[in-house]
Amino acid sequence: MKRPLLAGLLVLLTTLTAWAQSTPMQDILQKHSDLIVKSSRKTIEPAIQGVAASGLPQAQDVMQAWQAKAMWMRKADGLFFRGEKLDSKTYRLFDFDTGAKVGDVPKSDLKQIKPNSGIRAMIATALVQFQLMDPDPVLRAEALSAIERAPDGKLLEPLRASIEGETDLVLKTRKIRIERLLTIAYDQDETTRIAAINEMSDDLGLDVRATLNPLVTTTLTAFAGDVPNTVNVARVLEPDQDSLSSDAAYEVLVAQGMAPAQITRDDIRTALLEHSDGADAGGVPIAQLNTDAARARAYAALTDAGLVPPLVTDADVAASLGTHSFAEVYDEPSAAITTAAQDALDRITTRVAAGQAVDLTLDALSLVSIYFLAAIGLAITFGVMGVINMAHGEFIMMGAYTGYVVQQMVPNHTVSILMAVPLAFAVTFAAGVAMERLVIRWLYNRPLETLLATFGISIALQQLAKNIFGTQARPLTAPGWLDGAWVLNDVVSISYIRIAIFVLALIFLGVFLFIMRRTRLGLETRAVTQNRSMAASMGINPERVNMLTFGLGSGIAGIAGVAIGLFAKVTSELGSDYIVQSFMTVVVGGVGNIWGTLAGATMIGFFQKGVEWLNPSNTLAAQTYMIVFIIIFIQFRPRGIIALKGRAAGD
Amino acid sequence: MPNTFLTRTPSNVIFLIVLAAFALGVTVLAEGSGIGVISTSFVKTLGKTLCLALVAVAMDLVWGYTGILSLGHFAFFGLGGYMIGMWLMYARTHGIVVSSMADAPIPPTEGEIVEAIGNQIFGVVGSSEFPLVWAFADSFTIQLILVVAVPGLLALVFGWLAFRSRVTGVYLSILTQAMTLALALYLFQNDSGLRGNNGLSGLQNLPGLDHVPQAQISIWFFWASAAALALGYVFAAWLVSGKFGSVMRGIRDNEARVRFLGYSVEGYKLFVFTATAMIAGVAGALYYPQAGIINPAEIAPIASIYLAVWVAIGGRGRLYGAAIGAVFVSLVSSWFTGGQAPDLNLGFYTLKWVDWWLIVLGFSFVLVTLFAPKGIGGLVDLWTDRKSPDRHEADLGPDAGALREQEASQ
Repeated sequence: MKRPLLAGLLVLLTTLTAWAQSTPMQDILQKHSDLIVKSSRKTIEPAIQGVAASGLPQAQDVMQAWQAKAMWMRKADGLFFRGEKLDSKTYRLFDFDTGAKVGDVPKSDLKQIKPNSGIRAMIATALVQFQLMDPDPVLRAEALSAIERAPDGKLLEPLRASIEGETDLVLKTRKIRIERLLTIAYDQDETTRIAAINEMSDDLGLDVRATLNPLVTTTLTAFAGDVPNTVNVARVLEPDQDSLSSDAAYEVLVAQGMAPAQITRDDIRTALLEHSDGADAGGVPIAQLNTDAARARAYAALTDAGLVPPLVTDADVAASLGTHSFAEVYDEPSAAITTAAQDALDRITTRVAAGQAVDLTLDALSLVSIYFLAAIGLAITFGVMGVINMAHGEFIMMGAYTGYVVQQMVPNHTVSILMAVPLAFAVTFAAGVAMERLVIRWLYNRPLETLLATFGISIALQQLAKNIFGTQARPLTAPGWLDGAWVLNDVVSISYIRIAIFVLALIFLGVFLFIMRRTRLGLETRAVTQNRSMAASMGINPERVNMLTFGLGSGIAGIAGVAIGLFAKVTSELGSDYIVQSFMTVVVGGVGNIWGTLAGATMIGFFQKGVEWLNPSNTLAAQTYMIVFIIIFIQFRPRGIIALKGRAAGD
Repeated sequence: MPNTFLTRTPSNVIFLIVLAAFALGVTVLAEGSGIGVISTSFVKTLGKTLCLALVAVAMDLVWGYTGILSLGHFAFFGLGGYMIGMWLMYARTHGIVVSSMADAPIPPTEGEIVEAIGNQIFGVVGSSEFPLVWAFADSFTIQLILVVAVPGLLALVFGWLAFRSRVTGVYLSILTQAMTLALALYLFQNDSGLRGNNGLSGLQNLPGLDHVPQAQISIWFFWASAAALALGYVFAAWLVSGKFGSVMRGIRDNEARVRFLGYSVEGYKLFVFTATAMIAGVAGALYYPQAGIINPAEIAPIASIYLAVWVAIGGRGRLYGAAIGAVFVSLVSSWFTGGQAPDLNLGFYTLKWVDWWLIVLGFSFVLVTLFAPKGIGGLVDLWTDRKSPDRHEADLGPDAGALREQEASQ
């Protein structure tokens, strides 16, 4: 009986010693076998640490396999191996310690270790120290990204060690930068940290601010008596002054257990409910407890009976506040570090503010160019000809849909956009000419009727677009070279599409000026607008001029539609979103003058961005205020910013 | 027959008789008061249509008679609806809250009730505090006054600013449209205090009248709408019958000439603009309890333009024309867009009216503007064989925008 048992023990012992001698990694894995198989994020830490801290060269291999779900356990003896798939049923196993092939095993004999994403992230962090030195630059870059995602003081040393041997210049710069940030956050030595803080204080990166901000977080703390000088005080606050209300101050006292909590109305209600006997509470009939006064009386009775804590009166609050002092205390104990961090943050904030001002200006400029683009066609039809075209927005929409249709036929985005611009012009030019011939020419001198008739056309066109293209938004994709943004630094950037639209607006301005001032059509248009019958007697055909001018204004609206469609979704309501603003732009700027339209767009664009900056969460409010502002502005300059004078003004 | 302002113009008498007959007919046929041929929802539709006719009469005063193409009167209409809606919603929620708290072990205080109402009403916009604009929501009387006061005040301030700086014609139209857009955008915000784009809802339930069936309530509102339309019509007829009406038409045809004659053009315009805004507010206050819900989309500029469309199709410059236009276009529109109109099979394409009605409306509107500036009301002239003065289609005045004789012959 004894012998087989002894023999068994002996066998076990020899096996164990055999492992101990030749398979150190397998030992570590076996030690944490339960945890590894359980694969729970909460308990896995010791297993990962065990592997990572083993100091064995195999550690990186193991963790990579583990992370890639390529670690398998042999069910027979519970040993771990790296598995390679041969076919769907068979896996080839490799030993972690020797790297040698163990054999091909059917899948049914194996159990795959499947770490979840949380665990894989933890493994990745642990892997970082190995990967920092990895010969593959891609892996090194990944390691740096992992540090950025989850900074950790433990990685500071391996990171520093890896900087010296780094050959890739880009990676080296990154490593140095991350090393500085980790130093600020985790280094033990104060002077080193302050040096790092000062070094990074002219960096606008978000990561720098993210590193510095935790250093200057404060907690509002109450102290009995004066504020002790053992804590790192940001500032001392007086209740009811210094932006600290006495209510908030008292709440701090209550939270720190230094004063009894205030009895709220709800508390009174609960207390009365607890101490009611069904008919009365605190000597007051329950039916009468429907006023605050009655409830206070009842509660006072309960207090006198010693059943509930007394109310905290205003005098009590004042007394408690008087014997305590309040201060915002830095969570970071070292004053030198908080001062340095605060200074650095102040410097960064100033620079960020300057950057934001530039960024806002760029944004506003881009909005200006959009408004200008949307309004420039109107500047011709409304500003020069005096025709109110409520369907102008629908011409913008037609241009955008033309772009969309072209893009459906021509897959190359660059070519299709280049084709869409003249096509959009042609389509809307034709539509404008048709509208002028059929409707508007009968209504010259009857502006209100023009407004209504063109509005009728506008709703018909909108519905027609809905019927043809459906209600969902259609994409008009910009060519690849317009993707992305021109990034100056972490604060200032502007997308290439917006730059393109700005340039397009400038081109339009030039084209408009050229046509109006240098061409025969422009001359004739101005003549017909100023005095139709005089122009007619000079041999100008006013019908033809009106038709062409209207077509030109509409055609430009079509091109603007392609541009606007590039950054806004193309829907049948695209035009009506811009129509009121466009009219405003022309009216505010001054009718009949292209510089006025530019000035109007500038004013509206900058004003709207300004309001958005004051209240960034609410673009609706920005538009509301903008329109109110325009209504008031028109009081003071009814003829717009740049008013025509004399005969050109038309009256 | 006594010679009053009403009887001098036969159309006034005829309109009021037709309206009374219509109201009587609907009362007899309705579900709540008669034999039940007309369903409750259709009674509501008819009541709403009468409110629209009222706001169209107001629009006709300001556009057809005074020549101000206001694209903001539907905003005043909506504001009136919001004002009455605030009371309806508050009072009804009050009732619900009180009854739900009645079982509480301790009777609630006034403060607790108000807090609970605030939670109920503003929960959807993530708030529970009553904004300042709801200060009088608990008082029916004050909210009723606000129904006319708020649109009136807005029209007064806006009109004073606009008329004072001599903004006229299309500029004024665009400015009123901008005002409407600004108001709609403002109301769309959640922190405007009027529940953002959720708007006010449940307005069809009158507080304290939960036991009365909707059929009954709908006929009450129908009567109220008919009475309001009659009163509004009489007021408008009185306004345009006397000297005041002559000055209004004078301003429309040639503002400068009226000014040179010594009339305070701005004062007249301001009065008409403000008074019609108040009428619009009353119409809105009757409309939205029948519709049951009001939200900022109702105020969008497009609604005010449709109002102009109704008046133009009906025939501006004559009061019954505006009412006919509103009734005709809105009823036909709801027939076509409600999916009741049969699809038109063209062989190669089936015309679905839900999709195509707006296109037909848009183009017929263009045609009316071009070929029948008198609108539907012009048919009456054919019937009564009234002739327009023949000035060989010349302008009526030196102003480029002056009416031509064919439009002014009303």
